[in-house]
Amino acid sequence: MNIAAPVRLPDGKADLSNFSDTSRLTHMNVNAPPILRVVDLKKTFDSFTALDSVNLTVADGEFLAIVGPSGSGKTTLIRLLVGMEEQTSGEIWLRDRRIDDVPANRRPTCMVFQSLALFPHRTVGQNIEFPLKIRGVDPAARRARALELLDLVRLPQHYYDKRIQQCSGGERQRVALARALAFDPEILFFDEPLSALDFRLRKMLEKELKDLHQRTGKTFIYITHSLEEAMVMSDRIAIMRSGRFEQLGPAEEIYAKPKSRFVAEFMGEVNLFRANGNGKSVSFEHVTVDPVAAAKSGLKPGFQGYMMARPESVRLLKPGEGADVTAKGLVESEYLLGSRVQYLVQLDSGYKATVELSRENRVTWEPGLKMGIGFDLDRTHLIQEA
Amino acid sequence: MERINQRLGLLSALPVGVFLAAGFLAPLCVVAAFSVMPQKVFSLANLPDFSSYAIMLQEGYWESLLISLAMAFAATFILFLICWPLAFAMAKVFGRFTLVLTIGVVMTLFVSENIRLFGWVLTLMKGGLIEGYWRNWTGQSFDGLLYNVPVIIFGLVYVYLPFMLFPLAQGISMVPDDARQAAFDLGATRWQIFREVELPLSAPGIVVGCLITFVLTAGAIAESKLLGGRAVIVISDEIERAFTYGQNWPLGSALAMTLIAVVACFAIAGVTRIDLDSIMGRKR
Repeated sequence: MNIAAPVRLPDGKADLSNFSDTSRLTHMNVNAPPILRVVDLKKTFDSFTALDSVNLTVADGEFLAIVGPSGSGKTTLIRLLVGMEEQTSGEIWLRDRRIDDVPANRRPTCMVFQSLALFPHRTVGQNIEFPLKIRGVDPAARRARALELLDLVRLPQHYYDKRIQQCSGGERQRVALARALAFDPEILFFDEPLSALDFRLRKMLEKELKDLHQRTGKTFIYITHSLEEAMVMSDRIAIMRSGRFEQLGPAEEIYAKPKSRFVAEFMGEVNLFRANGNGKSVSFEHVTVDPVAAAKSGLKPGFQGYMMARPESVRLLKPGEGADVTAKGLVESEYLLGSRVQYLVQLDSGYKATVELSRENRVTWEPGLKMGIGFDLDRTHLIQEA
Repeated sequence: MERINQRLGLLSALPVGVFLAAGFLAPLCVVAAFSVMPQKVFSLANLPDFSSYAIMLQEGYWESLLISLAMAFAATFILFLICWPLAFAMAKVFGRFTLVLTIGVVMTLFVSENIRLFGWVLTLMKGGLIEGYWRNWTGQSFDGLLYNVPVIIFGLVYVYLPFMLFPLAQGISMVPDDARQAAFDLGATRWQIFREVELPLSAPGIVVGCLITFVLTAGAIAESKLLGGRAVIVISDEIERAFTYGQNWPLGSALAMTLIAVVACFAIAGVTRIDLDSIMGRKR
């Protein structure tokens, strides 16, 4: 399936690379003009730059996750997008309307807060109806819509008269979601709403949220520091670092082809080996690379950067077994992950490599076990970085 | 555990309970008893009658009561309007300046109410600060600004400002910022946020502030005496005169009991509507 020009970048060029994984985008109308366009958005607090010229284009109906460590500017970005904060410079466009000077209460977007920000003095029903009441919808219609929304977020109808304090954490999440949907926003923003929940509930709500996204067809922009959450739910992931997008693309692409060491390490466990090319050949730290395989892989002799191998691409070598890249080491410890097993291998050079095998390939491990590790070049990714 | 807590609670409340019974409840009972004594007696050893209450109704004392209550309402309402923005700023905007403001407002309480009111008398009277300067600059004279109902209400507002300001600020600080922001994000205007979120969530502070100011202003006397002259006679003035000049303790007691009853009705109606624990700190 070929999707033409799904997203227009601010400079007018179509960015196809972000949509290489088209199988996940069937619910999105990628041919329509983008719903949100952010151009050179900047925000500084006194001398501190919270947001450093962010550019972003979001397709109608997309589920975009913005991920980053705390302090990376993701909360500032979302507050600018919903209108709770004013930018220092830059533009925000919603469809063909510039909205960055429109106050939050007149923007057709809304946000589910990290704290949920439910009104404690109102019942579940009154909370959900709030945006409708503000618009002057009559009580009967309001109630009907609230009951519909209770259904949509899978809460029983009798919760309509329940007090917020009587609801559990997960139920409050659903109420907050229903209230935001009652507003009927063009774009629904989420500021880490699941971060306070326990693991099982979070997993369940992640799936429900994804399901809800597909059923409502709305554009969701979701902020989180949990990469796992982002990968489960979103079409695309933006990785943020010190006020900038470090990389933006489908989860699979960011996982397999990170553009920087930061993204590689942020996207889970990874083995990175420094590579220094002098123009004639490339030397790698910690590992031995077969020169024939290296030549065949098209490795440029001037390459400067890192060779990345995810733990699941690395094998423990049996005696006599070879690979494009090899190293010897001491298998320090073994961790059982259920269906998979992880080994921490201290290489002779001192580097600690992580190897992840499926359970069938588990080796008999004992303290002091010495083994070689190896992986092939076609399972690696090169990150150019000085 | 709960029972031990309960018993410990009763035990620790005992000293203050005894103190309140002796110092507060007992005099109140004496006043209540005197209010049903015949006119102008100085002993409780008489047959009770309701002549004092009858006189109160017949001789127009209820007018003073109404005037006091009306001025108390007006002062409370004006104080609410004035204090809301200030309290909001103290709770949400000013930051460190709040402390300076708090100290400034509290400092005024260190000076006796009468002296502060005399200051206003000197400012507002004919030949005082305002009229004097006006005459000096324009050559025209006027009668001074004292001795009318508005100036009494001004005095009440001036004197009782702290009693409205601090409970309001406390109440507003209980409104979560994100609830206000969420309302704004969901399309509410400034006014709708006030009505739908801030007002109900700061209700305990509002009720406490309004009750304190209402109770105090309804019983206030100095403002009407010093600033109001003889423009109107407030109920406290009547009570004082019945006990002193009039030498009629039963009538004074009856007036006092009526004032207490009316004010208590408002207080009870207000307090039962709010969760006092939420502003006084959670009980265990």
